[in-house]
Amino acid sequence: MSVLQELKEQIRAALPELDMVLGWEQGFDALHMRPLFIRTEKDLERLVLNPLCVHSLATYLPGLLRGAGNDKKVGLVVKGCDSRAVIQLVQEKLIPRDRVVMFGFGCNGIVSLQKLEAGAQGCSGIGSVEFAGDKVVLSAPDTKVELPFAEIRSGKCETCRYHNAIDADHFAGARVEEGAVPAKHPTLEEFEKLPLSERFAFWQEQMRRCVRCYACRNTCPMCVCRDHCIATSRNPHWLTQESSTAENFMFQMIHVMHLTGRCVECGECERACPLDIPLMLLRRSMNGVVRELFAYESGTDPDATPPLLTYQVEEETINERGW
Amino acid sequence: MSAPDGRELRIVGFLCNWCSYGGADTAGVGRFVQPTDLRIVRVPCSGRIDPLFIVRALISGADGVLVSGCHPRDCHYAAGNYYARRRLEMLKQFLPVTGIDPARFEYTWVSASEGQRWQHVVTTFTSRIHDLGPAPRMTGGNGYAELADIERAVQAGQGCPCHLKEVRS
Repeated sequence: MSVLQELKEQIRAALPELDMVLGWEQGFDALHMRPLFIRTEKDLERLVLNPLCVHSLATYLPGLLRGAGNDKKVGLVVKGCDSRAVIQLVQEKLIPRDRVVMFGFGCNGIVSLQKLEAGAQGCSGIGSVEFAGDKVVLSAPDTKVELPFAEIRSGKCETCRYHNAIDADHFAGARVEEGAVPAKHPTLEEFEKLPLSERFAFWQEQMRRCVRCYACRNTCPMCVCRDHCIATSRNPHWLTQESSTAENFMFQMIHVMHLTGRCVECGECERACPLDIPLMLLRRSMNGVVRELFAYESGTDPDATPPLLTYQVEEETINERGW
Repeated sequence: MSAPDGRELRIVGFLCNWCSYGGADTAGVGRFVQPTDLRIVRVPCSGRIDPLFIVRALISGADGVLVSGCHPRDCHYAAGNYYARRRLEMLKQFLPVTGIDPARFEYTWVSASEGQRWQHVVTTFTSRIHDLGPAPRMTGGNGYAELADIERAVQAGQGCPCHLKEVRS
């Protein structure tokens, strides 16, 4: 039985107890999947599962489960990173764990459509995509392109240590073995070799391009303030409506700071960015700081205390600078 | 005392009302000579300081930001400075990736009676900022000109960088 079939069986069995189950279905073409809201067994037929299922469905949960008197029970299909987002939301008491059912599976990484586009140069009108082992075959009416999967894999998967959904209620298929990954992401490693002035110039150029569409915020599973986000509030007035490089940069700083010790590195911000701004550089750096200072990994333990909501009288990792 | 090279830089200080602000006052009452680049914002506790205050100041044109609170174990509200220490250290270690020199931001502890120490902190920090010089400003307008380019490319049928070119069936 394939993983998808097993998953469908599990969902079919659980569906009567649930208001809906979130999964993915084929979108407007073979390359684009889109979120699927399964309410009936008929909807279940449209469920797909492949490395093109990129969206983190955990983003929908706070909105679906919010409100007094709301007793909805929602299931969702989760990759390893998505399950971390769910656990993080549970930890922050933003969603109740007993009203969420996680359908996990072993994820081998997802596709970055930007990388796929670069690899499939000249392949026009892709009609089907096939994943065979570590190869991806793109079929168009008049051509066929074969790409190694590692080449079009999303950047976030390179340092992923959670291929298998954590704390899943149901698990379809076999568990993926967690291989050894570099502690620091290669892009961050490269970036940190630059002198400060070049880094500043880099962000200046990137933030000049930002159109502040807020896609990074809206797709972030941890950005739960929604209409109350301080980036769009007049009181307090943190940001002006002016579109300038400095204001765009400030917006990104707000996003990073509010994700300290919360970001699960699902990479949704970078994926959603219409201008391909490498936002994950900031996230990875911040998560590195949190790991180093507080030995803390977000979204792995629903009972953990967030690092910034606690303290030690003598901090072992913080150097009291003598003045 | 005016700035060493005769030019003042903009340094923003966030001081805890209960200790460092008093410490600065003690330094003033004691007539200790201090550089005048520092502009002080009084806050009820170092725990009140959102790391974004510091980022906002640095982005808006401050050349340096100094935060000073009560010594650990001395917080007026028992634990505010412990939380602050975690947040401020987190910010200090994060700043390098943004290209902002982490030396432009410093946090320390000064109690209300430590006028002399306050003088030392201000003098040292101010001379450090003067060594670094004025902070680079993030300038460059917005990316609207680029959007116009993208629009032209789309109208000419070349597609835009945010969508897959010609791969749709």
